[in-house]
Amino acid sequence: MTTSSEDVLMQVGQVRYKKGDGTLYVMNERIAWMLDNRDTVSVSHKYADIKLQKISPEGKAKIQLQVVLHDGSSSTFHFVNRNGQEAQIKDRDDVKELLQQLLPKFKRKVNKELEEKNRMLQENPTLLQLYRDLVITQVISSEEFWAQHAAEYTQAKKGQRQDIGVNGAFLADIKPQTDGCNGLKYNLTVDIIECIFKTYPAVKKKHVENVPQKMSESDFWTKFFQSHYFHRDRINAGTKDLFTECAKIDDQELKKDIQSGISDPLVDISSFEDKSIDENYGTGSGKADKASGNIVHQSMIKRFNQHSIMVLKASTANTSQDTSQLHLNGTTTLSTTKSEATNQIEDRAKAKKRRIQEKLVYDDLDTSCDLNAKTTAPLNLSHIDRYLHGPVPGSGSAEATNEELQVTLTQLRREASNWVNGNHVPRHATTSLVSPAAAVSALGELTPGGALMKGFREDSLGQLIPKDLEKELRNMYMCTCELLRHFWKSFPPNTPQLEEKAVRMHEALHRFHSARLKPFEDRVQREFSAVSQHLTSHLNQLLNTAYRKFGVWQQRKLQMR
Amino acid sequence: MRRISVDGLIVYFPYDYIYPEQYAYMLELKRGLDARGHCLLEMPSGTGKTVTLLSLIVAYMLQNPLKITKLIYCSRTVPEIEKVIEELKNLIEYYEKEDGVKPKLVGLVLSSRKNMCIHPEISREREGKIVDGRCHSLTASYIRERHNYDESTPVCSFYEGFDLEGREQIVPAGIYSLDDLKEYGRDRNWCPYFLARFTILQAHIVVYSYHYLLDPKIAETVSKELSKTSVVVFDEAHNIDNVCIDSMSVKINKRIVEKSTANIQILEKTVAEMREDDVNKLKEEYSRLVEGLKGAQTARETDIILSNPILPDEVLQEVVPGNIRNAEHFVGFLKRFVEYLKTRLRVQHVMQESPAGFLRDIQSKVCIERKPLKFCAERLASLLRTMEISDVTDFSPLILVTHLATLVSTYTKGFTIIVEPFDDKTPTVLNPILHFSCLDCSIAMKPIFDRFQSVIITSGTLSPLDMYPKILDFHPVIMSSFTMTLARPCLLPMIVAKGNDQVAISSKFETREDVAVIRNYGQLLVEFSAAVPDGLVCFFTSYSYMESVVAAWYDQGVVDQLQRHKLLFIETQDSAETSLALMNYIKACENGRGAVLLSVARGKVSEGVDFDHHLGRAVLMFGIPYVYTQSRILKARLEYLRDQFQIRENDFLTFDAMRHAAQCVGRAIRGKTDYGIMVFADKRFSRADKRSKLPKWIQEHLTDSLCNLSTEEAIQISKRWLRQMAQPFTREDQLGLSLLTREQLEKEEASKFEKQAQQN
Repeated sequence: MTTSSEDVLMQVGQVRYKKGDGTLYVMNERIAWMLDNRDTVSVSHKYADIKLQKISPEGKAKIQLQVVLHDGSSSTFHFVNRNGQEAQIKDRDDVKELLQQLLPKFKRKVNKELEEKNRMLQENPTLLQLYRDLVITQVISSEEFWAQHAAEYTQAKKGQRQDIGVNGAFLADIKPQTDGCNGLKYNLTVDIIECIFKTYPAVKKKHVENVPQKMSESDFWTKFFQSHYFHRDRINAGTKDLFTECAKIDDQELKKDIQSGISDPLVDISSFEDKSIDENYGTGSGKADKASGNIVHQSMIKRFNQHSIMVLKASTANTSQDTSQLHLNGTTTLSTTKSEATNQIEDRAKAKKRRIQEKLVYDDLDTSCDLNAKTTAPLNLSHIDRYLHGPVPGSGSAEATNEELQVTLTQLRREASNWVNGNHVPRHATTSLVSPAAAVSALGELTPGGALMKGFREDSLGQLIPKDLEKELRNMYMCTCELLRHFWKSFPPNTPQLEEKAVRMHEALHRFHSARLKPFEDRVQREFSAVSQHLTSHLNQLLNTAYRKFGVWQQRKLQMR
Repeated sequence: MRRISVDGLIVYFPYDYIYPEQYAYMLELKRGLDARGHCLLEMPSGTGKTVTLLSLIVAYMLQNPLKITKLIYCSRTVPEIEKVIEELKNLIEYYEKEDGVKPKLVGLVLSSRKNMCIHPEISREREGKIVDGRCHSLTASYIRERHNYDESTPVCSFYEGFDLEGREQIVPAGIYSLDDLKEYGRDRNWCPYFLARFTILQAHIVVYSYHYLLDPKIAETVSKELSKTSVVVFDEAHNIDNVCIDSMSVKINKRIVEKSTANIQILEKTVAEMREDDVNKLKEEYSRLVEGLKGAQTARETDIILSNPILPDEVLQEVVPGNIRNAEHFVGFLKRFVEYLKTRLRVQHVMQESPAGFLRDIQSKVCIERKPLKFCAERLASLLRTMEISDVTDFSPLILVTHLATLVSTYTKGFTIIVEPFDDKTPTVLNPILHFSCLDCSIAMKPIFDRFQSVIITSGTLSPLDMYPKILDFHPVIMSSFTMTLARPCLLPMIVAKGNDQVAISSKFETREDVAVIRNYGQLLVEFSAAVPDGLVCFFTSYSYMESVVAAWYDQGVVDQLQRHKLLFIETQDSAETSLALMNYIKACENGRGAVLLSVARGKVSEGVDFDHHLGRAVLMFGIPYVYTQSRILKARLEYLRDQFQIRENDFLTFDAMRHAAQCVGRAIRGKTDYGIMVFADKRFSRADKRSKLPKWIQEHLTDSLCNLSTEEAIQISKRWLRQMAQPFTREDQLGLSLLTREQLEKEEASKFEKQAQQN
């Protein structure tokens, strides 16, 4: 119902919604639709709930506007102005324009949580399915769903999100294409821009400085690709362009890294040599030869190193925060007090010693270190199945340890000797239990079609039902199990909360039964009469057990009173 | 493991298990020590050579304290040295744990001032030469003397502290690493460097760099009083001949000549001033010189100092010749010599002559005789002392020139003089250099072989073994090569001879710039980077070749393809930059991204950095790393080797190339639990003369079926092998085969294993 305080900003007649003609009202805070000749609003969406609006593409017969809500449901309005298509389009566009102005105002208000939930649903297909089956069919309320059923997902979310690193070849992915008239076309995607910003903070800074005040986005990137900065063989530091400074910043960064020292003594090759005599002694014949003197090549090589280092830095930016702090300390020893300086020396010495010791130990010579029990970082996978079904399936069978094998072998041997001795199970070693003929006939009876296999259907259900039905059935099972899980969890209901939950879940089960399972059964009955009973019998059995349990409990409760 | 008996010697081995080859190594080493002779032992990298050596020699020292009094362990790089001292520490701790008492041994490491200085200001310097110079300016005897009457003259409090108390006290038993020494010094306010230099005389185990023993300029001050009953170990000795040669060679360019002229002017001025102020000093010096170097001679006769090849015996027996005894005369003499050098550098074409020819020429041109030249270095040192020059590093150009004078007049054999007016690569730029080059590495080694009872030369790659006794001119009593006993084939050497398009790949001069060859190298690298997990290291034959190949790869798009699989790091000639790249390479391997390192054979990375486990799952050797054969110094050396030792030029070149190739690929295997692919990407590797020069432990895995592969075949083989290697590998798999318990060792299988492991 529209309250008087809400101003109607626009009113469009002749709008069809679910086969009924009515009027669409665009109001201050919501959009509403009322069937003609009624005075109650049948459709009403707050702007805050609306995620986006969609319009039917041009040239389509039906002129429609759809508003999609954050919970995934949507309402479609069909504009049926009798004055023809143009008027319809005009109506639609007016609404669209107005909504376009209105919606962003409410965008801010949209709960952060909602977006989070939305994303979670998108990332977890099973959860989405559950949501569809349970919430949209209104078996349980949305709040309950998030609180109860999606708890484990929300919890998992709280764990560390894995940052996706930068692809080392992202610059190579921008394949320049000639556009036919002496120009080059570069394909930039949001991902690539993201990568460039992450890897080259200097470029990001430039971008922030210049876009959009001084130049447009596309101008910026055109300049970027034209610059010598992008091209690896940049030698002419003298030429002025926007990115000359970036190169300088990068170089300074690198120099800073070098100056902060190499913490690992084993790779600090500048301090490998332990002599300090003039370079003019010696023939230099044993050493690697002199440089080619090709500055272009040298600077290119330097760029490659720099690029790799920066890529690596971009992906470890968060974790290395504290270590970089340390480096900073290292360079400003002048200001630190003496005790701190000595502490630092000690720390360095200790780290060095640890590193050397690490390299010394032959772990196969030492009993104290187990070869396979290395503490490694746990693999944190978001799509486990994708990982498991990689190109090499099934090779991950667990290796039995030697001891296990030994134990199994001895057990087997004991078992086998028992057979011969016949002391484990009393057997008649000489006389057979069943005559071969009897055995064969028994087998015959046991095969489908035999006397003992009367109730058995020859074809398994799996072959009879089509794929989509199977999928639907699986979803049905999933929902049922989810609900049942929570139902059974509330037993024994020894607290008022649990009691309440039991009642609620019982209701939910009933709702589910009538809203989902019944229609499903009916459909199956209609379309696949052959398998109708078998498919859902187990589900029904599960539900009935729950009902019975609930009934017994209710009865007890009544008696208790 | 506790104690094992090696041919009757009880050895404490600080691990629970032992590799068969370690045991065999101990047996051979023991025999060598018993015979008091020199040994040449090759054992694969990653089989615990250091701990084997240390545990046997320490046991030998403890049980035969009179036969061996000292162990001198020489290694190449600072990290190697630190590793050795840490191993030694572990061993001594093990002794203490087993016996309850600490063995009364003093072990310590000696390094340059740069690594040992604790002076608050000087220690902050990064450059070794600067540290040396500043240290000298605070600790030279006349500086300290001056400090006695002039308090304002700065001195180093740590050195003063050491001088006051340090020499009276004996360092308590224990093992001292660089950091331990520094801490010890800081506690007592003693200078760790001078403490270490002083203590090596009484220490039982000394660990330091090659140069302290091989380089006469340093050995003179540091190592001359080591006793004869010492055992000297040269670890990682595959390059020992080059170290020897470098330590005896000198090169002079225009800048050196100009600077020494300036030095002489300063000297002239100072001498003149001194003549006016303090005649006595010069007179004193003169009379000292008249007496000659008698003191040094008596010392050498009593056999307590290491003879110095730069300071030949005759110099000691005779007095300084009269014509350079007087300071002014000597300065004039130097002036003439430097002028002569200047004229020699003014050439338009390459000149090569023998030291004898040089001497004849100098006699006829500027009337300098051979005898005074011989005393040149000593005379200058004496003069500089008298002049109280505060920073000797300023005079290093002049010192260099006098060293040349002494060397050229002392050795007529085994040296050559080459004057090149320009660099071969830049024939238009005039940059004359006079090389005085040592051709015979045995000259520097001779005093060491003569002086010490046992010298042990060992490395992971010494094949072919018979080359070393020839070029170093000594007779080892034991010469052995050990292989690696393996429970699984953890190394996969392959020779890739052609690309997928069947074009032969080779880095030989005619084809190396061929687009097809470069493309095939790129293809090989890209495919390997896709197939091999974690780290991948490549070695090129030279920097310039690497640069041009990388540039070509960039144009061909190989680099882009490579970056899709792994991050790319490249060794540069700037070692600080390379260190940073290396550090990030390791980081990339560790966080699972994987990385490719392009590096250069004979470069610093190939000599000193290990790529163990995931840091190097595959090594690609692009081409055969021949030395730059057009170098005249090399040609002269080859000629000399042919004439003196009957070593054919090609044999030596191949030997040299193959030992570097083996060094490079050996970087990836650092233990039996490690595994790695070794790809030799050059057709020529499959020839018998190259293949047979690889170390035994690589050769035995390089079957004929792996010798002529195309890129695709190599990838297929690698994929299968990698899958096999990725399976869990437990100790039980190794036990009895490549790993022994004490019981197994004792079960008289020792002899069997020894035979297995020993090939020669």
